[in-house]
Amino acid sequence: MAETQTLSKKDFKSDQEVRWCPGCGDYAILNCVQGVMATLGVPRHKLCFVSGIGCSSRFPYYMNTYGFHSIHGRACAIATGVKTANPDLSVWIVTGDGDGLSIGGNHTAHILRRNVDVKILLFNNEIYGLTKGQFSPTSPQGLKTKTSPMGSVDRPFDPVSFALGCGATFVARTIDTHQKHMEQVLLAAAHHKGAAFVEIYQNCVIFNDGAFDHVAEKSIRDDKTVDLRPGQPMVFGKNLDKGIRIEGWEPVVCSAAEAHTWRSDVHSPGPAFVMSQMDSNPALPRPIGIFRDVAASTFEAEVQRQIQKAQAAKGPGSLEKLIYSGEMWTVS
Amino acid sequence: MSQTHAPGTQAPLHQFDNVVIRFAGDSGDGMQITGNQFTHTSAVIGNDLATFPDYPAEIRAPAGTRPGVSGFQVRFSSSDIHTPGDQPDVLVAMNPAALVVNIKDLRPGGILVVNTGQFTDGDLKKANLATNPLTDGSLKGFRVIEVDINKRVTEALKGTTLSSKEVQRCKNFYTLGLMYWLYNRPLDTTIKWLEDKFAKRPELAEANKLAMHAGYNAGDIHEFFQGRYEVAPCVSMPKGTYRNIMGNDATAMGLVAGAQLAGLQPFLGSYPITPASGILEALAAYKNFGVITFQAEDEIAAICSALGSAYAGCLGITTTSGPGMALKTECMGLAVSVELPLVIVNVQRGGPSTGLPTKTEQADLFQAIFGRNGEAPIPVLAASTPSDAFECAVEACRIAVQYMTPVILLTDGYIANGAEPWRLPELRDLKPFPAQFLTQPPEAGFLPFSRNQLNARPWVKPGTPGLEHRIGGIEKAHQTGHISYDPENHEFMCKMRLQKVMGIRDSIPTPPVQGDPNGDVLVLGWGSTRGAITSAVEELRKKGRKVSQLHLRHMWPLPKGLETIFARYRAVLVPEMNLGQLWRVMRSEYPQHNFISYPKVQGQPFRTSELVDKIESLLQK
Repeated sequence: MAETQTLSKKDFKSDQEVRWCPGCGDYAILNCVQGVMATLGVPRHKLCFVSGIGCSSRFPYYMNTYGFHSIHGRACAIATGVKTANPDLSVWIVTGDGDGLSIGGNHTAHILRRNVDVKILLFNNEIYGLTKGQFSPTSPQGLKTKTSPMGSVDRPFDPVSFALGCGATFVARTIDTHQKHMEQVLLAAAHHKGAAFVEIYQNCVIFNDGAFDHVAEKSIRDDKTVDLRPGQPMVFGKNLDKGIRIEGWEPVVCSAAEAHTWRSDVHSPGPAFVMSQMDSNPALPRPIGIFRDVAASTFEAEVQRQIQKAQAAKGPGSLEKLIYSGEMWTVS
Repeated sequence: MSQTHAPGTQAPLHQFDNVVIRFAGDSGDGMQITGNQFTHTSAVIGNDLATFPDYPAEIRAPAGTRPGVSGFQVRFSSSDIHTPGDQPDVLVAMNPAALVVNIKDLRPGGILVVNTGQFTDGDLKKANLATNPLTDGSLKGFRVIEVDINKRVTEALKGTTLSSKEVQRCKNFYTLGLMYWLYNRPLDTTIKWLEDKFAKRPELAEANKLAMHAGYNAGDIHEFFQGRYEVAPCVSMPKGTYRNIMGNDATAMGLVAGAQLAGLQPFLGSYPITPASGILEALAAYKNFGVITFQAEDEIAAICSALGSAYAGCLGITTTSGPGMALKTECMGLAVSVELPLVIVNVQRGGPSTGLPTKTEQADLFQAIFGRNGEAPIPVLAASTPSDAFECAVEACRIAVQYMTPVILLTDGYIANGAEPWRLPELRDLKPFPAQFLTQPPEAGFLPFSRNQLNARPWVKPGTPGLEHRIGGIEKAHQTGHISYDPENHEFMCKMRLQKVMGIRDSIPTPPVQGDPNGDVLVLGWGSTRGAITSAVEELRKKGRKVSQLHLRHMWPLPKGLETIFARYRAVLVPEMNLGQLWRVMRSEYPQHNFISYPKVQGQPFRTSELVDKIESLLQK
């Protein structure tokens, strides 16, 4: 009963009741992902969603595809096994700032380094939600939470800088409330052959409401963000009259006419890294969009290639070849 | 055979039933290679044998010091043997540290071969020796053979292009040649090994061959020894085809065989750790068998990737040692909860924590049976010898696949690095247990947590149309697998998972008793203590003692019928390399029987003599 390619968003809704807090940014992401899935031309049975633990990690239960809700921080490790075992599957990882950058930071680093062909959606709400409001590795310094009553002293990770530092071949950022943008970014991630890392600003209405309002709130968003579109000038503003250019290794605001063209495909991750550090300068718009998109061979393809090479050289193995080998002697 | 004899000299040949040699030197002296080569040659000429490599955790402790001493003991025999022997008949000591660390074990009257070229004042000082044992009279009672191996090797390799440092690295092959002469062994197996090993550096192969020939010829020329010894091939070994096998290699082969018998592609997720790395290394060389090896970033990723592969339809495997097991624990619980097949191999070493990384121990039995949060039953197997690791690995795969469960296989450092002749199984005796994947929705509808007659749930590969479903570590509703917090359902599922694992008892045999079916003492063992127990029991039975042996392979669930066996003996002695873990399990499972613990945690295997003494003391009570 192979599926035809004409799927709609509702085909990806599972029979499970969605149980996120009313108003949670996760709803918007789920809605967008289900819509994007319907356009990929990949049948439902070839899609597999893997998650760890956290609010975001309930995601697979709501997708009418294959899904594995695993243990805290380990989605990337489990997904590496899934994709390497069956490269034919389209594997999506759903994780959060705690799951993917704190308890599971090691696995996130290594799956990106290896370039396993998976899509990683990191829902960043700068807080621990499921454990009810402790600071996370992306919380800004000074954030007052239950475990940081005088303000967090931790310096935060920037997820995009982290991914670039790990050698990721695709890195992007989008916003839960910006459906059209998210759709474009997710499509680009889906079409990237290799590990794709997408940070999604996601609002936690209960424990960190409005964490991204200073850049992502709809009325100011156009002036406070710049969308990095490969091959396009870096322009922003309600009237698209402002731009970003690089002067003396620093991004500066200029007129739209003077804006530099963004390139996500250069060999060095350096320019993307420079852009990712704009976050720390409140005078600059927050970059979203596609930071990096370069081609590289994937881990699972190389693994398969070696197996084929060994089989071509030695012939496929059999029980007899396995056991009756080496120096033998007979007792009669 | 390319055996060389110096003209005119023919030393007399003495026959021996079995001999124990220990090669001891600095960790850089190549003693493990020397021992393995001697073992391999002895295997090929048909001796029964057992080995015990004993090496330090440091790759190169300061040269010449006591902590840097590496040893390899091999026992070769013309009759059946079960252990590498309690005391060496021959000790080869390449330096003073090797001498002083090992001399206490040498049999009185035994042969001590000493490399005098490494006995300068400086060498003695490094070994922390105030006087020279060669001259201070402390070696009285041994037959000391002094050979300046440093000098002999330099002479033998004069004219080669090797640097003097490279020349000295051939010392171990001189020693090997000398031992080959003494025990009348052919050189060709080692010559072939050298040619393969140094295929890209033929000058090194040549130099080592020269050194070995020089050592061999020295036996004739220099008349170090009063005669030569011969240990005839072992004719009492069962008929069949044999090869020499080390435990880690046997485990790797068993895992590949298990995957083939299940019709699955094996996926190993592993992180290097002593003494388990050998399995990962061996499996990495089996790519033509379709084996995927994934050297993960850590122990957790190793098991998680293996579980991910199992979800995708591979035979998931992870291999480690104790500290790595601790890290994998959470994922083992997930494997129990999602009910996917997974084989977890723990090559036990001395613990706790880093413990004794290169030494052997059996102290992870509790961890294997009980060491998880929640009610998380996992079947546990234990291999008892290097070749038994093959059968146990196959059995672990069978249980994992048939019962949709993680399985723990315990081996240990002694098995992993030890070697013995392996009678190769007939291929027809390896019964397939093909994995059954659900590929179509059943007529009544698809239920991911429905169960078959073994209580196993259906295995569905992602990629199968029409069977899309979600699994996870949150408690699942019976049959549907949906998230469920229902109290009764949770209790039902806990009991169901336990019932499934306990049901494995129906598929495993009651282990056979060796010796009389009843008597005074039954020695109950598990794992690598088998050889020492067998030797001790055989020795006592020859003296007419009423002693028998029972050895467990299935540690959990325990096989049926044990209680009726225990009832036939006055006492059940439980020797193990821990502080009484199986003993405690036995007392809890069979409280009506008289179990006596005999623990040893020294990082060293039991000696036969220790067990004989212990059993004798029980018999006298």
